[in-house]
Amino acid sequence: MKVKVDLEICESHGECGFVAPDVFELNDDDVLVWNPDPDESLKDKVLQAAAVCPTQAITVEI
Amino acid sequence: VIVGASLAGLRAAQTLRARGFDGQLTVVGDELHMPYDRPPLSKQLLAGRVRPADCALRLDDLEAEWVLGRRAIGLDLERRTVVCAGPVEYGFDGLILATGSSARPWRGVSLPARRNVFFLRTLDDSLALVDAIRTARKVVILGAGFIGCETASTLRGIGCNVELVDVAPYPMSPLGADVGAVCTELHAEHGVGLHLGVSVQAFEAHDDRIAGVRLTDGSQLPADLLLVAIGAEPNTRWLHGSGLTLDPGIVCDETCEAKGGPDVFCAGDVASFPSSFANGELVRVEHWTNAVEQALVAAGNLLALPDKRVAYDPVPSFWSDQYGIKIQSVGFPARADKHVLLEGDLADRKFVMGFISDGMLVGAVGFASPRRMLWFRRQIAERAMVEQVALQN
Repeated sequence: MKVKVDLEICESHGECGFVAPDVFELNDDDVLVWNPDPDESLKDKVLQAAAVCPTQAITVEI
Repeated sequence: VIVGASLAGLRAAQTLRARGFDGQLTVVGDELHMPYDRPPLSKQLLAGRVRPADCALRLDDLEAEWVLGRRAIGLDLERRTVVCAGPVEYGFDGLILATGSSARPWRGVSLPARRNVFFLRTLDDSLALVDAIRTARKVVILGAGFIGCETASTLRGIGCNVELVDVAPYPMSPLGADVGAVCTELHAEHGVGLHLGVSVQAFEAHDDRIAGVRLTDGSQLPADLLLVAIGAEPNTRWLHGSGLTLDPGIVCDETCEAKGGPDVFCAGDVASFPSSFANGELVRVEHWTNAVEQALVAAGNLLALPDKRVAYDPVPSFWSDQYGIKIQSVGFPARADKHVLLEGDLADRKFVMGFISDGMLVGAVGFASPRRMLWFRRQIAERAMVEQVALQN
């Protein structure tokens, strides 16, 4: 599973970090940091994170 | 069948496919557009910074039949059919209701139908407004809720004169007096004329236009354009007599299954669901994120065996962009009995306000604090007592 985030359109809403805290987090400057290659067991949460992103900034390749 | 071709309907359709549903999938919507995103309608689209095509929601490789421009007018639970204008019928084995909400009509003193009176809910509404503000300079907005405030901010940004009117004593009133005071300052600093704690005495019509608004405090507001932004109402009138329970939202259980409608699930603005954060009382959440999160659960539960269904009990969240500040709200601030500043400083416009009910943190409102809001939202989800939150903080 490969996770990509377009930081040009990410607005740091933090929705992804709420549903998949093991993969997405906001740093001290409110910028998104994420694991680009998370474990398969987190697939559902990562897909959910992509679905709840208000700016459609997250793409997931399975 | 999914009724509603906006965000909740789309996410429900995508979830059904992702969970392996390979049967026939029909999505019915009353607007002519393919699913689009509404948040830009009061922001980037209104400001002319993006085009309508930029508001389209990604469909990816979704396989579904789209029936657009067709309004659902009835539901027959016995025959398992949705009746649409035409009339055309769509039979279903499973049904998801995601018909959203409409702008609340003005029910105060008589407002004559005139061509410079606008509402803001759909893409077409927003485009009509974009067209009108090419020539309109003086805009009066009735309602200082989140659409009214956001629109005021956007219109100031493109040079309109804006007068903002509300019966409440401060803008965004569900967020409490202290946040309201910050909002008041923000609008005033940016040159918006605020008329709070007052209502409309009369509208003055001139030919085919509303020329002005007279308020109960005697002030007189000339208007080139009037925007009515007094909230939304769920689109459930078509379900009267169907056997479903309406309050006026569609009453459902914690799995999003409609009361009185087996295999009928609902999601988004129309769903009234029990929340543990409201002592099990029914809540209805008209936020973007709720449309998505509830659609995911409703669609998953529609496919699941009854004992495998999951409960929907979210910590809702919403955001608003005003004068360059990201305002976020999580949980249920309006249900709190008190609020307390958790961090930051109101004067800096960078702070988090906590909302407390029976000692428990049930909501938070943040200005320019996304990382901290994420943390507080997790605390709310974990049912943290406010003393605990203060200690960990």
